[in-house]
Amino acid sequence: MSDLRVPFLGLEMAGPVVAASGTFGFGPEYQDIEDLRLLGGISGKGLTLAGQPGNRGERLLETPAGLMNSIGLQNPGVQHFIDHELPAMRALGTTVWANLGGHSIEDYCTGAAMLSGTAVDIIELNISCPNVKQGGLAYGVRAADAAEVVEKVRAVSTKPLVVKLSPQAESIADICKAVEGAGADAISLCNTFQACAVDIEKRRPVFDNIFAGLSGPAVRPIALRMVWQAVGAVNIPVVGLGGITTGADALQFIMAGATAVQVGTANFIDPTACVRITKEIAQWMDAHGVANLAEVRGCAR
Amino acid sequence: MNATSCNTAVLAQQRLQPDICRLTVAWAPSAGGHIPHAGQFFMLRAWPADQPPLLARPISVHDFDPATGALTFLYQIKGQGTTQLAALQPGDTLSLTGPCGNGFDAAALAAEVAGDALPPRKIAVVGGGIGVAPLLLLCRELAAAGVKPDLFAGYRDTPYALESFVGCCNQIYLATDSGVAGYHGLITGVLHPAQYARVLTCGPMVMMRGVYALCAEQNTPCLASLEGKMACGLGACLGCTCHTKIGPKTVCKEGPVFDAGEVFAE
Repeated sequence: MSDLRVPFLGLEMAGPVVAASGTFGFGPEYQDIEDLRLLGGISGKGLTLAGQPGNRGERLLETPAGLMNSIGLQNPGVQHFIDHELPAMRALGTTVWANLGGHSIEDYCTGAAMLSGTAVDIIELNISCPNVKQGGLAYGVRAADAAEVVEKVRAVSTKPLVVKLSPQAESIADICKAVEGAGADAISLCNTFQACAVDIEKRRPVFDNIFAGLSGPAVRPIALRMVWQAVGAVNIPVVGLGGITTGADALQFIMAGATAVQVGTANFIDPTACVRITKEIAQWMDAHGVANLAEVRGCAR
Repeated sequence: MNATSCNTAVLAQQRLQPDICRLTVAWAPSAGGHIPHAGQFFMLRAWPADQPPLLARPISVHDFDPATGALTFLYQIKGQGTTQLAALQPGDTLSLTGPCGNGFDAAALAAEVAGDALPPRKIAVVGGGIGVAPLLLLCRELAAAGVKPDLFAGYRDTPYALESFVGCCNQIYLATDSGVAGYHGLITGVLHPAQYARVLTCGPMVMMRGVYALCAEQNTPCLASLEGKMACGLGACLGCTCHTKIGPKTVCKEGPVFDAGEVFAE
């Protein structure tokens, strides 16, 4: 019988699959749909210090094998999360990742300090949201900018710090090394790919922000390439994500060296995706005599 | 009450008009699923995970028979997803997630109206086009709670699905844009909110806005059931957010039924 547990930043995750931020609410939305205790964790909806209403206009568009979104980090704010959403999230029986975006380095630091005093397990620093003018992507393109925000947040945060990177980074290897050097405990990548769509009847962009984030199976091979590069660049754990919809997809990321994976858009294709993918990984392990994922992690390199 | 997800069997599929279908599937609360109520919806998917479209389709509950578990959807064929739903035959399988959303609380509405100090103590249910779909279960639940509503149904052209409403409604008022049946014009032309204690509506935004405007003139409370493009149906993706007077609200979880004033008031 395969052992799916994954040691991660001093925690023990029950499995390698973590629900990706922005696709799972804060978790209770899915608790009658699947057994969340089988998950490695849940990364909650991206938070900003004061909260924000999100974007106007169209927010979703399906593409061939993908989904474009322009939600715009709609969230209730860090304090509201701590007071109202965190207790229920904590009770789900899996690790709690608080995903934190920001409009300024000060905002990031204040939010991270507030979260450090709570029961969250991990802070996932989102420097990669493409959908708000200052959603963090300002810090996710150039390695020096990323290092600055990570270093300052590191100094005020006592929680394990996972830095979520954008595929829009100038150089994946450089930005990974920079955030590792600045004190990141792990890296997750990648967030959505900046994309565009035009409504030909209205003769203008579909999204008010013109650009939106593309996710889903369409981006998976590119995300896998970036995860491969990240694993090669750093010595801290890398959490891979981007279009994973099956156990086989997840195993590709793990064989590329990912410590764990996140599942996002697949939750919208199949609301039981996180648990199904976990079980598919276990079935593959059983069929191939693999007792622990450590036996195959990075084996493709 | 949270949604659950499962595969289930198609019991019947009927085409009422070239683009209007009625689909009945098996939904068994005994197997862990919750009983759907008026105004709630399900996410339907009848195609493989690796086939387009990417997302399941949110379709409102038209009718539910707790005795048999027969769950019925009335829907319009609009695009890739509904075209594939329309191809389902009895015995085929589809996946369902639901019941989703915050629907009409028919028992509470009936009790409020019955408890009013003064008449009219009546409820109007106003539908436009495929927006009549969720109103059948609403009328049934209101009737069961002791207040048979009046139905106002507006259509562009030939009406459909009206026969189902006969037993659970008091009066049925009909309007068509084309004039083929009933009043020739908009349904708001025959609705007089002063005669009602509550008005409950579902249909195109422009129609519901008109219904709300009439209600506001008479201070008649109005509830509206909204539609939204959504990925999850569970309140997780925030794709269907509606910017209301009381802040951003998810159509899928906090709605789809809202106090119309929160959505439409200037």
